[in-house]
Amino acid sequence: MSSVTGMPSAEILPRRRSRLVEFFVRMAREKPMGTVSGIVILLLVIVGALADVLAPYPYYEMHLIDRLQGPSTSYLLGNDEMGRDLLSRLMYGARLSLGVGLAATTLDVIVALLIGGTSGFLGGKYDLTMQRFVDAWIAFPGLLILLTVMSITGRGVPQMILVLGISGGIGGSRLIRGAVIGIKENDYFLAARAVGSPTHATLLRHVMPNVMPVMIIIFSISVGGVIMAEASLSFLGFGLPLDTPSWGGMLSGEGRRYMEVAPRLALMPGLALTITVYCLNMFGDAMRDLLDPRLRGAGN
Amino acid sequence: MTTYVIRRLLLAVPTLFILTVLVFMLVRFLPGNVIDMMESDLEALDWQLDREGFLRLMGLDVPFYVQYARWMGGIFLHGTLGDSLFAGHTVEEKILAALPVTVQLGAMSFVLAQLIALPVGIFSAIRQDTPADYVARTIAIIGMATPNFWLALMVMIYPTIWWGWAPPIEYIPFTENPLGSIGMLIIPSVIVGTAMSAGTMRLTRTMMLEVLRQDYVRTARSKGLKERVVIYRHSVKNALIPVITLVGAQLPILVGGSVIIENIFVLPGLGRLFVDALAQRDYPIISGINLFFGTVILLNNLFIDLLYPFVDPRVRYR
Repeated sequence: MSSVTGMPSAEILPRRRSRLVEFFVRMAREKPMGTVSGIVILLLVIVGALADVLAPYPYYEMHLIDRLQGPSTSYLLGNDEMGRDLLSRLMYGARLSLGVGLAATTLDVIVALLIGGTSGFLGGKYDLTMQRFVDAWIAFPGLLILLTVMSITGRGVPQMILVLGISGGIGGSRLIRGAVIGIKENDYFLAARAVGSPTHATLLRHVMPNVMPVMIIIFSISVGGVIMAEASLSFLGFGLPLDTPSWGGMLSGEGRRYMEVAPRLALMPGLALTITVYCLNMFGDAMRDLLDPRLRGAGN
Repeated sequence: MTTYVIRRLLLAVPTLFILTVLVFMLVRFLPGNVIDMMESDLEALDWQLDREGFLRLMGLDVPFYVQYARWMGGIFLHGTLGDSLFAGHTVEEKILAALPVTVQLGAMSFVLAQLIALPVGIFSAIRQDTPADYVARTIAIIGMATPNFWLALMVMIYPTIWWGWAPPIEYIPFTENPLGSIGMLIIPSVIVGTAMSAGTMRLTRTMMLEVLRQDYVRTARSKGLKERVVIYRHSVKNALIPVITLVGAQLPILVGGSVIIENIFVLPGLGRLFVDALAQRDYPIISGINLFFGTVILLNNLFIDLLYPFVDPRVRYR
């Protein structure tokens, strides 16, 4: 991997740790914005994971006397039309958005590896057939196929993860396929085959380590889009269930209905979404620049 | 070159076939068919529905492969996508009625996106690492992260609160009043267009930077050519080659954007028709629109691939 340079200290320190530490030091030095974004995401993940402890109120708790109230000391961002605390709902929303986003993207990368990896490695008729399916799937505008499939499966968190993950993975498989085909043309791969290295060993030792950076890149540049897709579907009423405090759902429900009385109900969830996606994109770009030497210096 | 074109065209045929099967199969999995929906409507009136009769009338009483064969037969032999399950229109009538809105919205957004992306991208590269460059890039990245449905809501909410002005939502057909129609769609188009422009702007900038470092650009400069000629004749032309691919590949984003925007701004386009049809389980409409967009995008992708060697003579295919 390109991030390892011949540092003499590598022999003294445990190798894996020095690699990782070195990577993050390099990131902080070369990509300050990406690093800050990474920290913001980490904070959001913590807020989401600990929403039960951190949120001032449960997201479903109604305080009808305080409905549509503005920000106050007891409700920092005010209340929605049922008197629920907006800040608490946003914090639980972070759990939903990031949870669905990260889970779906993980699935996305696995599906991409299964389809793209086999297609690129086996090649031939299998590849040709597989690519027709991939082409047909990609020909659909993303949102239309997601809407269609979501109305088949119905609203729900597991459905959302499966649909976004599988559908994204089919698209992402092309990158993995390209990478695997590239690896197969390298001398080290040919040499391994020539000395009679068995297929599983070749895959483990030569293909996987070289596909890894591509997988990390796909992961980091996809999360933002996946979260955006979830929010769009929830906004249109085909995503997460109505009773969950998803940011997209909050925008279409109370945000839209009470937009003249309490515009912050529409402002806040969108702001949370924008900040999250912005940081994920910045962090993803930084990861890509650091991991893919060909793109480095292009000054994206 | 010719073999490549033929190969690509031949490969598109099975893809198109798989597309039609996918489109057709997907809607058959939708839970609760249209009869259930009608029955629950009629229950209130205490009416009984002749299930069998209705299924036969709608052609839903035969196995799905027969339904598929009928559907394909209808397309190829009679040039029809079937009837909508509601209101006695054919699918193509409904699609054609909604198409102008979506096409106009798409075209306007597309033009706006390129008008923003290309000049800003080129300028940003020429003035690399200046404050102007940073501002342009920051706005582009923020633009990419901003959900267009949220932006649309903000445009509807805040001008109303601040100035008592709301964007017009009554659609004016282009044929009746071209200027009024463009004026009415300008806000939705700006929202879809800016979202699209961010990616193009970034790629334009990256490609410009790469081209500006090439030997032929240095040669052009050392020949004493004017900077304007170097930029436009030597750099922009080469930098835009990959941009064409990206712009072409953005058609799905345009479609997705119009689905959301049409639903917020209550525009009677294909995106509205699609979401309404999903809610009503109107299979033929859903399949029809999916097939329409799928085919358009497939042909679009094919066209871009085939266009590439003409735009860039250095590219040679098997």
